[in-house]
Amino acid sequence: MRRLRFSVAGGLLAAVACGMAGAAEIAPQDRRSGADFMSAESRAMQAEDAANPGMLWVLDGERLWQAPAGAAAKSCADCHGAAQTSMRGVATRYPAFDARANRPVDLAGRINLCRTGQQNATALALDGQDLLALTAYVAHPSRGLPVTPEADARLVPFRENGRRLFERRMGQLDLACASCHDDNWRGRLGGSPITQGQPNGYPLYRLEWQALGSLQRRMRNCMVGVRAEPYELGAPEYIDLELYLMSRAAGLPLETPAVRP
Amino acid sequence: MTASPADTSSSLASVLAAGLAIFAAPPLYAQEAPLAYAVAGDAIERPLAGQAGDAARGAALMGDRHKSLCVLCHSGPFGPVQLQGTLAPDLTGIGDRLSPGQIRLRIVDMKALQPESLMPAYYRIADAPRVAAAWREKPLLTAGEIEDLVAYLSTLKE
Repeated sequence: MRRLRFSVAGGLLAAVACGMAGAAEIAPQDRRSGADFMSAESRAMQAEDAANPGMLWVLDGERLWQAPAGAAAKSCADCHGAAQTSMRGVATRYPAFDARANRPVDLAGRINLCRTGQQNATALALDGQDLLALTAYVAHPSRGLPVTPEADARLVPFRENGRRLFERRMGQLDLACASCHDDNWRGRLGGSPITQGQPNGYPLYRLEWQALGSLQRRMRNCMVGVRAEPYELGAPEYIDLELYLMSRAAGLPLETPAVRP
Repeated sequence: MTASPADTSSSLASVLAAGLAIFAAPPLYAQEAPLAYAVAGDAIERPLAGQAGDAARGAALMGDRHKSLCVLCHSGPFGPVQLQGTLAPDLTGIGDRLSPGQIRLRIVDMKALQPESLMPAYYRIADAPRVAAAWREKPLLTAGEIEDLVAYLSTLKE
């Protein structure tokens, strides 16, 4: 017992020495979607398909799902059929390990692997409208299902790296993701709720953006906010962070396309 | 993890090192590098720029949330309360509770007093990873701006 306590103290010292944020992970019963912090108006906008601007991208994604693409002239639907059934639950399990890439890929990355590998088409631009629309369309059938991270041992080191990045202070303001989203999620930053930084609604329509955007875009926003140099679009760090965020969000309902302020 | 100057426990040492760098650095860097200062207890008694700040300019800077950032975390008798943060102590009456020298050290380097503090060190070259290009090699605020804030905050009495 004494030895155990000693090692805990050592771990704390190491955490301080590495400039990590101090706090503990949010307990499962305290996990709350960003939707819980929104105004009633924004929640109603998300809940009602006719009012949810993200549904425009979902509709566009349906068109792309049906459209033949690339040298193979195959559409997504030619192999996968109706997304409402074939894609149900898929988004709750991403990022997932890809054997050829030998690392995890996010849902948008998976779609691009299908394009290059199966359709013989060019990859869609990361964060471009077509890839956002297709990703939203593929995630939409999982709406309401709980986030269920894959229990794949190959993901473990990447998820651990994501956690390390989440807890690492960075930028001129010397803050970690965890400084706000683990330690102070009940607080307000300049009057706005901080929230837990949960990833369960992406791609989502952000009123501030007036557009659908990816989790990577949102993470870049936060990095710019702490005056850090954001990782390059598509960088492996974002995938590792998303892996950790999705494990931290396990059980929350998928909300794609969510609406956020 | 590679060792970085962020791990330096003595902020005074790093500030002194930055001060020494003035002699070796190009003029632009020298203009922005923090000057050396002396910590006595939990205070920096002497004004950073050698002269007292201006409370009116400090009040304006407090209201410039994108520059001073204060109200993102702190509340107090300045501006609309619904736009103020709840992450840090309310600054109402701070001039009663802390001396100007104590306020000065807390702005300059709160982490010297509380290593795990959220509050950025306002008068230190950031040594955390990935500092964006626009913010490298300069402190958050200049010595004069910090003195203006010290002057303003010292007027907040109940």
